[in-house]
Amino acid sequence: MGNILIIGEHQDGKVKKVTQELVSKAAELALKIGAEVDVVLFGHGIQNPGELGQFGAKKVYVVDTPKLQNYNTEGATKVVADLVGEVKPSVILGTASTLGKDLLPRLAARLGAGLASDCTDLKIQDGKLLATRPIYAGKAFVDVTFESEIQMASARPNSFVAKAANAGASAEVVAKDIDPGTLRAVMKEIVKGKSDKADLTEASIIVSGGRALKSADNFKILNDLADVIGATVGASRAAVDSGYATHDMQVGQTGKVVNPSLYIACGISGAIQHLAGMRTSKVIVAINKDAEAPIFTKADYGIVGDLFQVVPLLTEEFKKALKE
Amino acid sequence: MKIGVLIKQVPDTETKIRVKADASGIEVDGIKYIINPYDEYAVEEGLKTKEKAGGEVVVLSLGPARCVEAIRTALAMGADRGIHIDDAGIPADSYVAAKILANACKNENFDVIFCGKQAIDDDAVQVVQMVAEFLNVPQVMIVEKIELKADKKGAEVHRRIGGGAKEVYDVDFPAVFGCEKGLNTPRYASLPGIMKAKTKPLAALKAGDLIGEAKPKTANVNFRLPPERKAGKILQGEPDQVAKELVKLLREEAKVI
Repeated sequence: MGNILIIGEHQDGKVKKVTQELVSKAAELALKIGAEVDVVLFGHGIQNPGELGQFGAKKVYVVDTPKLQNYNTEGATKVVADLVGEVKPSVILGTASTLGKDLLPRLAARLGAGLASDCTDLKIQDGKLLATRPIYAGKAFVDVTFESEIQMASARPNSFVAKAANAGASAEVVAKDIDPGTLRAVMKEIVKGKSDKADLTEASIIVSGGRALKSADNFKILNDLADVIGATVGASRAAVDSGYATHDMQVGQTGKVVNPSLYIACGISGAIQHLAGMRTSKVIVAINKDAEAPIFTKADYGIVGDLFQVVPLLTEEFKKALKE
Repeated sequence: MKIGVLIKQVPDTETKIRVKADASGIEVDGIKYIINPYDEYAVEEGLKTKEKAGGEVVVLSLGPARCVEAIRTALAMGADRGIHIDDAGIPADSYVAAKILANACKNENFDVIFCGKQAIDDDAVQVVQMVAEFLNVPQVMIVEKIELKADKKGAEVHRRIGGGAKEVYDVDFPAVFGCEKGLNTPRYASLPGIMKAKTKPLAALKAGDLIGEAKPKTANVNFRLPPERKAGKILQGEPDQVAKELVKLLREEAKVI
């Protein structure tokens, strides 16, 4: 039995929370199969990789090269595939992030490995990985079993809790010099977004607006609330189609499927496609004028009222409460 | 230019999913099928590319006999010919599906292949990248803008990443693109288009002839519905009172903030 290899992610060199979450979960799984948890980080300017030891990582392989300053599918696939060939893990786990969704399928195809995408739970059953994942944007769930030698899965962000169980522990950092090879799709430029907020798929708090916002300008009241509570702003398809929000903000079956701890739906009625995209949120708050709106059947807390009145009041209350 | 478009037929997004009593899959009776919404952007991009560079647009779909409807729709939009790959009797996970599609694409020798960035049924987001790998060509996923180069041998491609940011790639063909909403506005099939589509060539292939040695790497078991969320508390009172109460509940009861 080989080890568990985590495909780690970092933002500007800093290891992401999603990777800490995944290492923590993998440490649990590793106990059951007598394996160790190793991590690979690739890119340039990676900081403090050893800190993943606190979450249960044994070794962290670091491929630090200016050639991978920008993410590149082909380069990343080659680097990880070469490392896999050398260290021979049985299980490879990554995050169902923009990067993970791009890289893991290509890597799985190269390795001839089975891959379960966007999993919300991972278990060991009879010594093998059993992955649970939503299908039809969360309208149903399925368990994935593996027939391949290498078993791969990507985990939906916020599915697991990052636990620094070994405070102060440091993983063994192993620098690896692996050539990313020839890159045929070359990134020329990154155009930064206006916001430095977490992407919707990784956000732990989301404030979302529907058609009831009535205009793009009115999204300001949601932005104000989001700024105070550290949330990312989302939108319903109705709001996007009306031109009030951009499509990368869309939550739902034909937008982003999200998994935050707190989802605040403002003026969203709760069409089946929208509910599918946010139903795994831990706590749902609905603010809507229409007491009959379907969103209230899924919400943990509901306020029947005018969002233009309620949301600014909420912003003020949070400001006060969070200052204390 | 030889342009390939991979499409999949999926249940309409309005579909209420039901699971079979033995948990082996979902109930398909009464489901209305549509072209996967992201694949419509792929078809449109194929047609636009042909308008600029000439050549032909070939639409491929792997699936049961009903997929022919989806291919006909794409032909009515303007694609030149279709290839239906019947998967009857072939258990396929993403890996096997990608092998079959890649082998079909190899026979066609496409300069460029457009796909939807994901299918909204199993949401695996795997087949496109795997096809690119099996064809040994670059991929760019979540594409929201494609500008053909003057020599038509490549493109400048904008890919959406998190937080409103995007990456701009320089890609030489052949390449595979996963199309995102916003890339274009898919045209409707016109009446003359629908009439013409009936006589356009539509090849019928068998998945078994294209599968080679590929075997599924994963199996789906224990299909089930998600646990029902129960309706929670409706807060009553004046707006300033309920706002205060909600903040308290989120911090002290739900402990999420």
